[in-house]
Amino acid sequence: MKKGDLTAFLVFVLLIILLPVFSGSNYTLTVGIFSGINALVAIGLCILMGYAGQVSLGQAGFYGIGAYVSSVLSLHGGFPILISAILAMIVAAIAAMILAVPALRLKGHYLAVATLGFGEIIYIILNEWGPGGPSGFGDIPHFSFLGYAVDSTIGYFYLIWGLVAAVMFFSINLIHSRSGRALRAIHDSELACNAMGLNVVALKIKVFILSAVYASLAGSLYAHYVTFISPSSFSLFYSILVLMMVIVGGITNLWGAIIGAVVITVLPELLRRFEELDVLVYGLILTLSLMFFKKGLVPILIEKIKKLRGFAIAKH
Amino acid sequence: MLSIKEIGKSFGGLKALSNISLDVKEGDIKALIGPNGAGKTTLLNIVSGIYQPDNGEVIFLGEKIVHLAPTKIARKGISRTFQHVELFGNMTVIENIMVGRHAKTKSGFFSSGFKLPFVMKEEREIQRKSEEILEYINLGHRKDEYASNLPIGEQRILEIGRALATEPRLVLLDEPAAGLNMRETRNLGEIIKRIRDELKITIVLVEHDMDLVMRISDSVTVLNFGEVIADGTPLEVQKNPEVIIAYLGDEEEIPRGYNAHT
Repeated sequence: MKKGDLTAFLVFVLLIILLPVFSGSNYTLTVGIFSGINALVAIGLCILMGYAGQVSLGQAGFYGIGAYVSSVLSLHGGFPILISAILAMIVAAIAAMILAVPALRLKGHYLAVATLGFGEIIYIILNEWGPGGPSGFGDIPHFSFLGYAVDSTIGYFYLIWGLVAAVMFFSINLIHSRSGRALRAIHDSELACNAMGLNVVALKIKVFILSAVYASLAGSLYAHYVTFISPSSFSLFYSILVLMMVIVGGITNLWGAIIGAVVITVLPELLRRFEELDVLVYGLILTLSLMFFKKGLVPILIEKIKKLRGFAIAKH
Repeated sequence: MLSIKEIGKSFGGLKALSNISLDVKEGDIKALIGPNGAGKTTLLNIVSGIYQPDNGEVIFLGEKIVHLAPTKIARKGISRTFQHVELFGNMTVIENIMVGRHAKTKSGFFSSGFKLPFVMKEEREIQRKSEEILEYINLGHRKDEYASNLPIGEQRILEIGRALATEPRLVLLDEPAAGLNMRETRNLGEIIKRIRDELKITIVLVEHDMDLVMRISDSVTVLNFGEVIADGTPLEVQKNPEVIIAYLGDEEEIPRGYNAHT
């Protein structure tokens, strides 16, 4: 990790540890848990879109696979939850590969529509063949690890954000590695990538799988936390919500995915006081933020800090 | 080391290349010249695998490469630059070179995320080697700037540096002097010569700057309307009457009553 990222990462870990200490109400922690779950999906989409330049409007599909496969395996198959979550990730990875091979020949809008179609297919499958059909099913066991059930809110908070930290650590390393550079290069010029001997197709498939695995993990965590799932949580709306998180936070920066996920998750909670008008205000804030912070919150924040530093240096 | 045998290529009804044959000797700087639309870039695109020819063969180091994908051809040791610079604009200068090292290194997608020791070791090696290349092409001072922020002259040289990072045996340069001023062109010429003399890399050069072509190339092939009209040393080619006609036009073709001053 580079110096800036390392500092950010340490601050991030400290925040995770301290938040429950200072604001330990169940309500805050629950909102925190949902933010963390969304952050996992958003980080994957951020790598896929912001770094590798591949669009996806189907992340809800992978999220749904994670939730359903893990729930069904643990509830009906008697698998330990850790194993069912891992199996769900494998299923999501296979689905991503099957989708990626034809879809990644497409670019831009066409890829967006292809992935959107994939998300819809998963949604329809869950509705038609998922346990409980459109009304979903419950009694999904809580997360347990080596015999310890994670059933307290604070325990779940630490579990989720610990995983977000781990995924973030992995992702930052990846981005600054040989493969991460290759992904960014694909974004800029596939023609040049080919001339450099990069296997563009293989790289695209891998990054697609990675984003699917993150989303699947998030889906499993969601299912075992809420203990009740129905297809409506995995519709196109969720894919768009994640897209919104990534864009509001700043698509070119991994930290943007986390900030975006927190903002988009917390905002509706803060807007409760507007009662019936909350959706309206929510939409207004999002529109304004896209108009005035086009690059996203994190990149703009970094620019501001750099400017301030510039002033400080100039004064000396 | 490279031999092109009876290559033909049409785009729809337009015959871009018809039965082109030419050989590039190891260690040569070979220039491909000709008026616009003569098929020079098409030929480079066929050699580097971007286009498939309709007929003919390309043989590189004794191996047929026509059917191979661009990536595979790059890995065989042919690298290139582009007429319209294709740098990774949102990446820094050093990162551009580092991407060039991709095919010569191997740490995987998933092991990178865990920062395994061998990954780190290889990463340091990539970094070191890339800095070395940057120094070699005199762009060390631009290391951390975004590639898109460089002036065009330096962008073209960076593109050459990125091609060198793949450790090629043959480099194809597509109009490397386009958009460069005289001083930059001279510098470019020096670098191309050094690459051939010191790194023993063979070079095929498509170029309109005749001064540069005549100064640095060992042999020149002239294309016109998709055919080879002359082939030889720079001096031979310059004197070839067909070449003069191709470039300046035939006197007799000028319509009667034509007045250059109107």
